[in-house]
Amino acid sequence: MELICPAGTPAAFEAAVDAGADAVYCGYRDATNARNFPGLNFSYQEMRDAVRYAHARRVHVLVAVNTFPKAGQPELWHRAVDEACDAGADALILADIGLLDYAAKKHPKQRLHISVQAAAANPDAIRFYQQAFGVRRVVLPRVLSVHEIAAVAAATTVETEVFVFGGLCVMAEGRCSLSSYATGKSPNMNGVCSPASHVTYADDGDTMVSRLGAFTINVFRRDEAAAYPTLCKGRFVTSAGEGYLFEDPVSLDAASLLPGLKEAGVTALKIEGRQRGRAYIADVVRSFRQALTDLEAGRPVAASGLKAMSEGQSNTEGAYRKTWR
Amino acid sequence: MESSRSSVPTIPGFLGKVMKPLPLAPLQPLLAMCIRAALKKHPRIFDRLDTYADKRFGLNPTDLPFAFVLEPRRQNASAQAVRELPDGLDVKITGPFFALMGLADGYYDGDALFFSRDLTVEGDMEAVVALRNALDDAKIDFPELFAANLGPFAPAAEKATRAALELLRGRRENPTYTREEKSWN
Repeated sequence: MELICPAGTPAAFEAAVDAGADAVYCGYRDATNARNFPGLNFSYQEMRDAVRYAHARRVHVLVAVNTFPKAGQPELWHRAVDEACDAGADALILADIGLLDYAAKKHPKQRLHISVQAAAANPDAIRFYQQAFGVRRVVLPRVLSVHEIAAVAAATTVETEVFVFGGLCVMAEGRCSLSSYATGKSPNMNGVCSPASHVTYADDGDTMVSRLGAFTINVFRRDEAAAYPTLCKGRFVTSAGEGYLFEDPVSLDAASLLPGLKEAGVTALKIEGRQRGRAYIADVVRSFRQALTDLEAGRPVAASGLKAMSEGQSNTEGAYRKTWR
Repeated sequence: MESSRSSVPTIPGFLGKVMKPLPLAPLQPLLAMCIRAALKKHPRIFDRLDTYADKRFGLNPTDLPFAFVLEPRRQNASAQAVRELPDGLDVKITGPFFALMGLADGYYDGDALFFSRDLTVEGDMEAVVALRNALDDAKIDFPELFAANLGPFAPAAEKATRAALELLRGRRENPTYTREEKSWN
């Protein structure tokens, strides 16, 4: 299985390559990619330099152009596709049907992957993308069990890529409107869930309150690990008590499931975290590279030991071990 | 979810007390020299900071008897030591000195420091995120920066500072992975 690693800056890109990535995914510094945070991402020239750095070390580069173009204004997205192809990207990660159509027609030899933002979670949807645009790989949404992934992989000839570590979104990705509701800015079109412009923290020494727009997302006691200010991972007070209604603020860690994912026919393992620092990239990539080396050698795969890097300092195997239905 | 504290070292309380009566004046030229050298060596910081370069950042080390005000402007960038952070700052970042330093040179992941509650951030979050990303990309080397203007003493000073840092926070081993040829259809 290939190890697909994130990078939000050229320095993080080099860290991912040096730590053992088979491929690095990244995006341009604008609304065309789903990690459009201030100070993050690549200029056109930085992307060209990154591709050169990666190819010199036999590493692939996957360029994410995975937000949805604004109606009637596809130029920025078209330019990102053209630039990525000219830069020598080994694949484009796309979500929008119009953009897939543009890329398939304008760059027929370019390898195309379906972004997780397209929420293609069943063989019918995946086959559509394959037949219409010739896509070669699908990044599966983080809502399927290992058993379901095996069924999808068996029912299609499109390669499957699954997340194994990092931020865990259990919504219908690319369709979720929670952040839009709270901030008026769509993550699916602007590229940022819970944009920093609408986030505030207040710490009085005993508690830390996180807010998104007008909503209080969480109140952390001094001895509690903190989490991202996303509405889906907020702590709600209801008549039934206080708790996390949608999902706990935890990170995915599927290291222990690598043998099952291999058996399921998965082609590639993806680490989330283009918004994270070099220290995260180096530690997580190295940990999963070691896990894959152990797996290939027939040795038991050790637990990743990456809790300190995880949201809420907690991990879950998420839907991969789906027990709630 | 109980927070398990990270391994960020803290400056012993008695050292903080010893430093408290000392004047800040000797620190100012050193800080000015460091920020000028850092921004000159890493001009990409400005690209990533973009308009946030005009913001005023307060860095508040919880284990030192003083704080820092950082203004990373393209023209006349400044870093100043102050007894207390002034009002009106755009951003305030609070944590142990080595957490702040690790955030600046990429030794630590900023989000992980936030999760462990080693770091608190207040104010303009876009500016915080831009600063974090700009610094993380810059790969600032503090021992090199610190020793840069020490003339003939530079190599020895850099070596000593690096050794002290490694002693305090451990050495980050980043061996480069050796890969075999792979094909992709």
